[in-house]
Amino acid sequence: MNAPMLPRKLRIATTSLSGCFGCHMSFLDIDERLIELAGLVEFDRSPITDIKHCSQRCDVALIEGGVCNAENVHVLRELRANAKTLVALGACAVNGGLPAQRNHLDVGRCLSQVYRTPDGTAAAIPNDPELPLLLDKVYPINEIVRVDYFLPGCPPSGDTIWKFLTDLLTGRTPRIEHPLLKFD
Amino acid sequence: MSEANNANTFSIDGQRIAFEPGQTILQAALAAGVYIPHLCHHPDLKPHGSCKLCTVVVNGRNGSACTQKAMPGLEVENNSPALNDRRRVLLQMLFVEGNHFCPGCEKSGNCQLQALAYDLEMLTPHFRHAFPVRQVDTSHPDVWLDRNRCVMCELCVRASRDLDGKNVFMLAGRGADSKIVVNSPSGLLGDSELAPDDRAAQVCPVGAILPKRVGYAVPIGQRQFDAQPISRQVDYLAGRHLADAETEVR
Repeated sequence: MNAPMLPRKLRIATTSLSGCFGCHMSFLDIDERLIELAGLVEFDRSPITDIKHCSQRCDVALIEGGVCNAENVHVLRELRANAKTLVALGACAVNGGLPAQRNHLDVGRCLSQVYRTPDGTAAAIPNDPELPLLLDKVYPINEIVRVDYFLPGCPPSGDTIWKFLTDLLTGRTPRIEHPLLKFD
Repeated sequence: MSEANNANTFSIDGQRIAFEPGQTILQAALAAGVYIPHLCHHPDLKPHGSCKLCTVVVNGRNGSACTQKAMPGLEVENNSPALNDRRRVLLQMLFVEGNHFCPGCEKSGNCQLQALAYDLEMLTPHFRHAFPVRQVDTSHPDVWLDRNRCVMCELCVRASRDLDGKNVFMLAGRGADSKIVVNSPSGLLGDSELAPDDRAAQVCPVGAILPKRVGYAVPIGQRQFDAQPISRQVDYLAGRHLADAETEVR
């Protein structure tokens, strides 16, 4: 009863939608500062914990990757519904990034080009009902849900992510400027 | 200060700027080492006034610093949060109107559009992306034209017409259908008179017109806007780095 009140650890969820996990790798690039971070936050749904769905309401959701298929939409909406602050982490979440290079192509033609059989028919296009359907285009996440903060970069550097998180965790408005602000 | 001293000066954000008669506000500012954000201006070319990033408030009224003449006694507001907010919105519109993907672009680090976005702390393009379908022209042996990255500043049009005397490029179409077209029988760059050492081939502020086989010869991290943000590179923007280089050679 008389034990000192420790500040509540903030709950962080992370996910990679249509991304390459490069932003998650860059997140790990904060190196030994991960230990400091572990004292301040607790991870909920994340590839780091392998928790598949948000176990409770989270304070921060870091979203890597754009939105390329129906599953991405569901995951993104779940995280939006369960997070107070949602962050677009990296180029793909911010503007679609590399996967969005398919946006000037027709999805049907794209699939038949990739999966057609040697005799030219499109029979080999995967259509298992468990596979999420592709969207017509790859969308930045702010075109699907409301986004609170954007952290561009391909990937954003470990230092950029650390600056952002420490600003956020200490209650400052996160500010990313030269030389931490990079789009590449 | 005497009347004579005031004759050819005006002020930007309260700072007194001397000018030569005939100079625009932007030219006088750059000559005085004062940065005004801009994209479609080039020191060697006539003003165009299309990108509107250099919008300043002149005696209470908005105007383009690149087209408006410096006049004695003007009071110019430039580096204010309100103006920079509007400039950021203009940048965001430029980003969503084209296909600007910095991670895969050879111009990254040398690109003025990107450098402006960094300097104005544009973290997101914000608006709905148009993802337009635009043509890439790789027909020329030494230069390629990627219209995805074009911002319609017409620097190539002006450089080809006014500096190279060739008229290789033109802006065609209206509104969202605007595009750079090439003056050749086939419409392809390879059939035009463009030479790789033409100013038109080198003036593009973004990655729309690029030399071939150069790519990442200068690595990311050692490029023009890597060490210092664009707002601290007024000498470069005013073309003085070239003058300095020529002096050194002599």
